[in-house]
Amino acid sequence: MSDVVLETKGLVKHFPITRGIVFQSKVGAVRAVDGVDLQLNRGETLGVVGESGCGKSTLAKLLVGLEKPTSGEINVRGEDMVRLKGRDLRRARRHIQMVLQDPYTSLNPRMTVGDIVGEPFEIHPDVTPRSGRTKAVQDLLDIVGLNPDHVNRYPHQFSGGQRQRIGIARALALKPEIIVCDEPVSALDVSIQAQVINLLEGLQDELGLSYIFIAHDLSVVRHISDRVAVMYLGKIVEAGGDVAIYEQPTHPYTQALLSAVPVPDPRLRGQRDQIVLEGDVPSPANPPSGCRFRTRCWKAQDICAQEEPKLEIRDRSGHPSACHFAEAREMFASG
Amino acid sequence: MTDIKAEIDALPGLDPQAPLLDVNDLHVEFRTRDGVARAVNGANFTLKPGETLCILGESGCGKSVTAQAIMGILDTPPGFITEGQVRYRGIDLLKLPEAERRKVRANHIAMIFQDALSALNPVYSVGFQLGELFRKHRGMSRGDAKKRSIELLDQVRIPAARSRVTDYPHQFSGGMRQRVMIAMALALDPEVLIADEPTTALDVTVQAQIMNLLADLQNERNMGLILITHDMGVVADVADRISVMYAGKVVEEAPVYDIYARPAHPYTRALLESIPRLDHKGRQLNVIRGLPPALTAIPDGCAFHPRCSYAKDDCRQDPPPPPYAVQPNRTARCHFWREVVGDE
Ligand SMILES: Nc1ncnc2c1ncn2[C@@H]1O[C@H](COP(=O)(O)OP(=O)(O)OP(=O)(O)O)[C@@H](O)[C@H]1O
Ligand SMILES: Nc1ncnc2c1ncn2[C@@H]1O[C@H](COP(=O)(O)OP(=O)(O)O)[C@@H](O)[C@H]1O
Ligand code: SF4
Ligand code: SF4
Ligand SMILES: [Mg+2]
Ligand SMILES: [Mg+2]
Repeated sequence: MSDVVLETKGLVKHFPITRGIVFQSKVGAVRAVDGVDLQLNRGETLGVVGESGCGKSTLAKLLVGLEKPTSGEINVRGEDMVRLKGRDLRRARRHIQMVLQDPYTSLNPRMTVGDIVGEPFEIHPDVTPRSGRTKAVQDLLDIVGLNPDHVNRYPHQFSGGQRQRIGIARALALKPEIIVCDEPVSALDVSIQAQVINLLEGLQDELGLSYIFIAHDLSVVRHISDRVAVMYLGKIVEAGGDVAIYEQPTHPYTQALLSAVPVPDPRLRGQRDQIVLEGDVPSPANPPSGCRFRTRCWKAQDICAQEEPKLEIRDRSGHPSACHFAEAREMFASG
Repeated sequence: MTDIKAEIDALPGLDPQAPLLDVNDLHVEFRTRDGVARAVNGANFTLKPGETLCILGESGCGKSVTAQAIMGILDTPPGFITEGQVRYRGIDLLKLPEAERRKVRANHIAMIFQDALSALNPVYSVGFQLGELFRKHRGMSRGDAKKRSIELLDQVRIPAARSRVTDYPHQFSGGMRQRVMIAMALALDPEVLIADEPTTALDVTVQAQIMNLLADLQNERNMGLILITHDMGVVADVADRISVMYAGKVVEEAPVYDIYARPAHPYTRALLESIPRLDHKGRQLNVIRGLPPALTAIPDGCAFHPRCSYAKDDCRQDPPPPPYAVQPNRTARCHFWREVVGDE
């Protein structure tokens, strides 16, 4: 089972902050992703959660090659994508595709659904011969639960949930092994969200796909994920199985994040011991020294400003946690 | 300073016994080139001082339009209120002359929005915008207005309020901007606050800060709060009563505990079942089949019938189900509510 399909080592993306127009000089860097090691196993879903701006989308873009890393490795089926070039890179990229958040802006309004879903075949003509493309596109529409006769319609003729299905069909076109989903259901209403989640889970079983599933809704992530990674300011601060993370979180940030999620049951009102964090996430251009969470952490000690805690299994954690004082805290079983 | 409130208290129709806010059979339509979109077709609810009413529903069901109609900020044309009453302590705001209606709304009913950035003026400092309210509506001097603005920013827990009062909206983070907007809304001590998805764009951590702030301010002031949201977790946390909207109608109105324990409308029931829960892990989520109707072509009979698993022939024919009394304090627009409420 632990057949690794995707692995990153020391993945870093710094966006330079420049000043000047003609002679640009670098005056700093936004450390959007700052040393991420992760592994994704075949057929598994790895959820990624964290507050806005912590680097989730940047990580997703690095994984599918939409951004070039500053340093680090991205191994897909044992090949380092960062070092591949030209034809080899194109071939390797087929295996990792992406579904984006916004079903309203991520599809070109001037292209028909058939063109959108079939576009990857233009880039990788070897996958399906030209003569078989219409059929292939119709099959894809069918797989995601859309009417195959609608190939000639335009995106605006579809609802949000249907557009998200179009995005999924397109991601499936090249028969990838891995799909990176960046907030795939965040823009959808709950009832439609449930339809899309069911579809993603069904496709995973049928096609043996592996997912990286990024979302800010922690209940959705819990529902779909086998393992979960929690990000804060460009780093993974805690990672583990879904039960470990949700019921026995050991990093203060994870604990605070989970405790803030409202539970859809009024009988539990006031019974959660909520940890309300003060203030906002610091700027990733100038993260705090040592532990990046220390400016908002109620457990911080002197050592936290001096020494950066490694993401590792600790005495009282059972799973990897980047806190000097990692210790499990029973969480109220939420939603 | 208090004379403005006193002036309103002297308006004809004011009834101290009447509910703080009473929305009755409200209808709003948009007359567009594609036809008439019936965005709100019978919204009813009442609000008491200190009470929190949540309006729950999916996008496009008419939540924001209802709020805009109450606030008198509907986009007219194309939007028109065609029927119904919005009563503030018995005074029907829709029948009041424009000038008086404005005064009531400015001093008694305030609103906050999802997108604070577009609700604040980008070219003025937040202190200036707050100060203007006090100068214009309370006739304060520049100095007093500034002092009051700082106090208010402090009340909504903006750190270092004194130095931030001269900052512009874009210099605040998303959560801080939301606080500034709350400060603006509360400046004139309203009795009713309408909050339209105030935390939808925020992280859960910041959402928790804002919801706690709202709850504290509401307690201190005994304000009635109408919270519009689609988040069933937030509703469970704060609501006293819930109005569930579907295709422009309030299809169920009930106290929060009753609705979560035993929904009486199939739509409410389906919504509650479609959220991911612990005990559903590894299983398919329940879905509501199909899509909400286009508001230019709302189905005859019960608008939910094409998607309803309880639907029978009666449901497809007019008249649509009226708000049946499920309990003295609770209504549901479903002919078969008995069956729904009885189901486990
Ligand atoms: N092209 C870019 N140039 C400069 N900075 C960038 C760029 N893209 C992202 N960033 C910065 O990198 C950080 C991480 O951004 P990212 O979009 O990855 O966050 P995220 O976790 O996906 O947030 P959200 O939950 O809001 O989607 C942010 O501070 C962002 O402003
Ligand atoms: N200015 C407008 N012109 C035309 N239609 C509008 C306008 N504002 C809202 N609507 C329509 O009214 C319906 C209800 O919208 P709204 O109240 O914003 O929904 P929500 O419940 O998501 O807040 C929607 O179909 C929307 O498209
Ligand atoms: S290392 Fe220190 S500051 Fe960081 S999370 Fe742990 S206790 Fe808090
Ligand atoms: S009236 Fe009929 S269609 Fe409407 S909710 Fe009730 S059972 Fe369903
Ligand atoms: Mg993002
Ligand atoms: Mg709205």
